[in-house]
Amino acid sequence: MSETCAVKKVTEITPEEVARVEEWINTEEYRDKNMAREAVVINPAHACQPLGAQLVAHGFEGTLPFVHGSQGCASYYRSALTRHFREPAAAVSSAMTEDGAVFGGQNNLFEGLENAYKLYSPKMMAVFTSCMPEIIGDDLTAFIANARKEGLIPEDFPVPYANTPSFNGTHINGYDTMLKSILSYLAADKKVEGKDNGKLNLIPGFDCNTGNYREYKRLCKEMGIDVTLLADVSESFDSPLDGTYRPYPGGTPLEEAADVLNAHATLSMMLHASKETVKWFKNETEAPVDVMPAPIGVANTDNFLMKLAELFGKEVPESLKAERGRAVDAMTDAHQYLHNKKFAIWGDPDYLAGMISFLLEMGARPYHIICSRGSKKVTKYLQALLDESPYGEGCHIWMNKDLWHLRSLVMTDPVDALIGSSHGKMVARDANIPHIRHGFPVLDRVNLHRVPFIGYQGAINLLTSIANTLLEEVDRTSEDKHFEIMR
Amino acid sequence: MENENTAVKAPLEGIEKQATEELIDKTLELYPEKARKKRAPHMSANDPGVEGCTVKSNRKTVPGVMSARGCAYAGAKGVVWGPIRDMTHISHGPVGCGYYSWGTRRNLVEGHQGVDVFSAMQFTSDFQEKDVVYGGDKKLAKICTEVRELFPLAKGISVLSECPVGLIGDDINAVAKKSSSDLGIPVIPCNCEGFRGVSQSLGHHISNDSIRDYVIGTYEFKDEPTDYDIALIGDYNIGGDAWASKKILEELGLNVKAIWTGDGQIEHIAATHQVKLNLIHCYRSMNYMAKVMEERYGIPWMEFNFFGPTKIAASLRAIAARFDQKIQDNAEKIIEKYTPMMQAVIDEYRPRLEGKRALLFVGGLRPRHTIGAYEDLGLEIVGTGYEFAHNDDYDRTYEEMAKGTLIFDDASEIELETWAKEYKVDLVGSGVKEKYVFQKAGIPFRQMHSWDYSGPYHGYDGFPIFARDIDMAINSPTWGLVKAPF
Repeated sequence: MSETCAVKKVTEITPEEVARVEEWINTEEYRDKNMAREAVVINPAHACQPLGAQLVAHGFEGTLPFVHGSQGCASYYRSALTRHFREPAAAVSSAMTEDGAVFGGQNNLFEGLENAYKLYSPKMMAVFTSCMPEIIGDDLTAFIANARKEGLIPEDFPVPYANTPSFNGTHINGYDTMLKSILSYLAADKKVEGKDNGKLNLIPGFDCNTGNYREYKRLCKEMGIDVTLLADVSESFDSPLDGTYRPYPGGTPLEEAADVLNAHATLSMMLHASKETVKWFKNETEAPVDVMPAPIGVANTDNFLMKLAELFGKEVPESLKAERGRAVDAMTDAHQYLHNKKFAIWGDPDYLAGMISFLLEMGARPYHIICSRGSKKVTKYLQALLDESPYGEGCHIWMNKDLWHLRSLVMTDPVDALIGSSHGKMVARDANIPHIRHGFPVLDRVNLHRVPFIGYQGAINLLTSIANTLLEEVDRTSEDKHFEIMR
Repeated sequence: MENENTAVKAPLEGIEKQATEELIDKTLELYPEKARKKRAPHMSANDPGVEGCTVKSNRKTVPGVMSARGCAYAGAKGVVWGPIRDMTHISHGPVGCGYYSWGTRRNLVEGHQGVDVFSAMQFTSDFQEKDVVYGGDKKLAKICTEVRELFPLAKGISVLSECPVGLIGDDINAVAKKSSSDLGIPVIPCNCEGFRGVSQSLGHHISNDSIRDYVIGTYEFKDEPTDYDIALIGDYNIGGDAWASKKILEELGLNVKAIWTGDGQIEHIAATHQVKLNLIHCYRSMNYMAKVMEERYGIPWMEFNFFGPTKIAASLRAIAARFDQKIQDNAEKIIEKYTPMMQAVIDEYRPRLEGKRALLFVGGLRPRHTIGAYEDLGLEIVGTGYEFAHNDDYDRTYEEMAKGTLIFDDASEIELETWAKEYKVDLVGSGVKEKYVFQKAGIPFRQMHSWDYSGPYHGYDGFPIFARDIDMAINSPTWGLVKAPF
């Protein structure tokens, strides 16, 4: 290039140009241009399949997530989870390099399985793929069978595996595919005709809030139901600091996972993210398999508990009725701070469904709803939620739009606050509005993954953070004459 | 700096070459035979000045060992291209790579994101199945057009390819060439697919090559050149590092015409062939272009170290020696001015840190460059290693470490755990993936890639912050709560 082009002089961007563009990117004209783009995605709210696969793998006892692909992929997934939880995320990779493109990844997988088995003494390794083996078409079924034949891992050592191409779907699909693979591996041949172990299989989906998992268990305990969480990352990503590092601090016991086909019922909390797993359950067991919205907000929690009551022939106990009453009390007390307030939210389809329900219950308006990867079906489902409430009127679902679109939307059609991951913080700053950190990932606040937002207690927590953030904003921005002790 | 490290380090109490060799043997016993053979050449007991202390490096990572390494894309996007503030950097391929590397390196910049700077944004082509099947070249051309329209102040576009792009045989170079001429701004292709090479390191090299092929020499500075024009190479402005370094260099009387690439501006980088001297901080990631500029334009380069007052003073004198008396006098003035301030910092923290032992495992520079700063505070480094260094980095490391200490390459997590336990270290300085492993074990830790969301650590501005951070990591009262009284 240096030979063909005349050498130009360095120029600096002038303050006038900056001011002009600063103003322009806030205009409706810019919004229209921005909304019309078709190719580039800017600041997406979704990651790739393997991240979900790794998360769910961490949720099983003694399980080492194993990335078949380049080691850089494993480092990225580990870092992403570690930054959000501020916890270790032990995972290995087959460290494929350029020669893998020529020879395939079998040798790398062989060595990787042998070394990881010896070094990290896992009870199970959950293998999932990043781009390279997906493109070159590695045959995991054959490779893993060959590894056993070669004696690199014991014949009976569990190595479920999943194809999780990063160029198809998002992290929620990787979660689903890996979960199905783990369960079908562990539970194959474990179905006993006529057996009912009396348990509930509960699938929370891609949920990076360890508090939620503990809350699911507590709610089930209150109901008197023995639950198997599929998969339980509550200890994996919220383990005690007591002077001993444990690579596998928790997770659903493998024995329990192996018994899932003998459960009394299966409940998936992720309508749009557990297709594979739910299909598998439905094929393999006659026990009820239901999919319903996550218990975010009062009505969703009511439905969840009633579903449990129905499935297990139980009554909702007084303790949970009282908890419900306290949530409704808190929501009524605080309704005036949220009523008719407009919010922008973003995230995965099922998370959004829950947040929409909760905000509508408060008389608040989920005004801009961004889902950066989803289907028409999801749009329809979310729209139906909006249509059920007068507060949903005029609210918009922006399907397959990203956080740079969100910026344009918020600048031209403002909201009172943002609720979502840390990746939205630049929008909040430019729009000069509060940003309630929520969802995944949260990279700039502490401990939020420990605060549950499901169930009645979760509704109170959610309300507390939203209402107090808005009140803080009132105090921060009010003039002296309106700066009052009471709010 | 040529004659700076002739003094052999004093031995550390209780650190013997033989004991370290035994520890290495013990560590290797953890591995199956084949992996043991592969790992053995990557760790050694230090014996400076004696041939035979060589740590093998820049080799393939052993599969299954929990390496901390990243990939070529990470080196290209996260290190070299990402910090250039006035370009849009397209992560070309599936969504993940760009997503995971989004805002995680802490390369600070001046400007308004989305207006005149773009470094904290994530541009991705978000490949879908159809892009893999039919190729992504058309999509890339469209992306460049859209970005040009939406971000008119962007001075250029970099295209950083992810694994699928190279595997399906897309030709991003052709697309970049055409887009560049259609759009009137540089569109720089960088074939940094993650499967290339063995670590981030090849991504640095590939990126340097694309700067060589597409950038250097394409612009000239507006002002007439002077004898004091220099470029600051290999400072990525983590937490403001480059600003701290630039401040001293300017105080010295030098004109910092370009920074590669922290808070970087592409046109300034392109005009760097006009400077008189290249000052290189991170040798590993930028030595390639320093050498290219030396060969092509006759620009000399030198390494320097702005971590901790001892190294800063030595570096200032070495830099000044390349210039006239005025600059040399300035160097002495600066050292005289800052020495008491730095001594006050040392007086405050050293009593609490004296004799504490640290294990370091970072990227390609800091395992050696930060040693002096720790030593200024009274800490002792019992082991140090790199994720992605080469032989020339190790050659620069042996002299910085005491005899018998452990030097290692591409450590796996289990190795680090073994060594931290054996040496009973008071601090581990490494990356985010390692951080909580050691904290769970009750061992204080600082992230030494991202400065643990603190910084700067460079220069005279950085040392007080570094000292404060190391002190609070080691002496936080929370460590006293780890063991329950019941």
